Amino acid sequence: MGKLSDLGVEEVINGLSNKSFSAKELVQTYIDKILEDKILNAFVRVNPEKSLKNAELSDDRRKRNKVLPLDGVPIAVKDIFCTKNEETNASSKILENFVPQYESTVTRKLLESGGIIIGKTSMDEFAMGSSNETSNNGVVLNPWSKGEKKLVPGGSSGGSAAAVSARLCSAALGTDTGGSIRQPASFCGVVGLKPTYGRCSRWGIIAFASSLDQAGPIARSVRDAAIILEQISGFDTMDSTSVDKKVPNLLTACSQSIKEKTIGIPGEYQISGLSDDVRNIWKQGIEWLKSAGANIIDISLPHTPYALPAYYIVAPAEASANLARYDGIKYGFRANNITSLDDLYSKTRSEGFGAEVKRRILIGTYVLSAGYYDAYYLKAQKVRTKIVQDFNIAFEKCDAILTPTTPAGAFEIGEKSHNPVEMYLNDIFTVPASLAGLPAISLPSGLDNNKRPLGLQLIGRPFDEESILSVASVLEDSANFRSMEIEQGIVS
Amino acid sequence: MSLDRATVIRIANLAKIHIDDSEIDIFTRELSQILNWVEQLNEVDVKNVKPMTGVSGMSLREREDEVLDGGYADKIVKNSKEKKKNSFSVPKVIE
Repeated sequence: MGKLSDLGVEEVINGLSNKSFSAKELVQTYIDKILEDKILNAFVRVNPEKSLKNAELSDDRRKRNKVLPLDGVPIAVKDIFCTKNEETNASSKILENFVPQYESTVTRKLLESGGIIIGKTSMDEFAMGSSNETSNNGVVLNPWSKGEKKLVPGGSSGGSAAAVSARLCSAALGTDTGGSIRQPASFCGVVGLKPTYGRCSRWGIIAFASSLDQAGPIARSVRDAAIILEQISGFDTMDSTSVDKKVPNLLTACSQSIKEKTIGIPGEYQISGLSDDVRNIWKQGIEWLKSAGANIIDISLPHTPYALPAYYIVAPAEASANLARYDGIKYGFRANNITSLDDLYSKTRSEGFGAEVKRRILIGTYVLSAGYYDAYYLKAQKVRTKIVQDFNIAFEKCDAILTPTTPAGAFEIGEKSHNPVEMYLNDIFTVPASLAGLPAISLPSGLDNNKRPLGLQLIGRPFDEESILSVASVLEDSANFRSMEIEQGIVS
Repeated sequence: MSLDRATVIRIANLAKIHIDDSEIDIFTRELSQILNWVEQLNEVDVKNVKPMTGVSGMSLREREDEVLDGGYADKIVKNSKEKKKNSFSVPKVIE
């Protein structure tokens, strides 16, 4: 057995069960690593005392044979999940010093299944970004950066993806609105799984765009992602869009044969901006699936080019409504030297929000304002219907859809931050599944010319996480990404 | 569609975000760029298409109108920077 921190979720569960090490030893190993790290800036907060206390309780349960499914597994949590009595800021100044008085459903389920929260991770402010550069906690470095080239980890769950890649936790939780789990997972060479909309409760997740936001795992293997998702899923009366459906055994799905499966390849994802490396990995993925006996067919999702512009109307519109609650009165930052209530609102919001959040609130306000609602918001909602219809037609003929996760590998810090639209284009392949509420997974499949990770994405039918997990497991075995991590010095 | 300065000032006012004079031109340029880019949606024929107002046609659940919890005003005001006796404090609004 290698270093403790090299172990993924499944290996940790086995190691703890064989008594090869204790949860306390494991948690201490990660805490030391996190505190020693002066480069990545993936974590915004740790509470070593509490994490170690929880590890002791876990070890105690094990002694008494009362083991829970995730008992003793150290998991990093994006700072968008409200954690009871633990500061939560969504990487925004406007939520400075905010200490939630309740636990989000997803983190509650994590804790109730024995998982240990090892720390809170950095993110783009309010999950609005694709590079983690809009975080109020400073930029996060992608562990795959080499020498002078400082790469972004992707976003918005950039801290979580970087932490998993750098072995600062066994796995992490992120949220995905337009690609915020899958894109950083792709950039950092880890697995990111966005479940079907309604699978995980949104209760206690700081809202960005409510019809799109979903929680999900970022992990080092497909099986690890399946183990975590199974524990955090499930019906919750506290979220009106939570769906009352039985959570299947997702780990079993990972070892299912894909011989009967049909995989669709959408022609519309062959965009001109696709790098040759990405094109090649995609072709390679198709070959791997053919060798495993899957049936490959061409499909068409004709409205794909319109998904991104529709998203950048719908998401800001919902954000402008959700973020109206930050007024300086009930919690968080409050501006000083104010003259009136109106002045308090506008100064608090001006000083508390960062530039990208302001841009999105202003766009959202505009597209919802009198005279523009029909031309923008209503139009985007109708285009969203067309995108769902495309998927419905495609899924009559195939069980999963294979695409690249991003048009290219990770870019350098500062490279795209001057141009909002250029930054938005990062999400071109992840946004369609978000708009349709479909489950999708990104898994590391190879490296580009500059030795930066590239991910492949699988999109499934609503509530059919099982199919994409079984297909992803085949790709994972074929890609053998671990050997590239070793070769590139990410893991020893 | 390109926005003008007056429109940016108007929506910033609606959104209750103060913008310094020096920032108006930047926001005008950036927001116009975004809006010009989303214009491509006009290429899509959406005649007789229903707007998607929820995911996979699900309707919001209802529940009995009953009190489930409460009695923790101290927790509700806990994070407020200015509060008095379990109440939020705001600047004077009535002269």
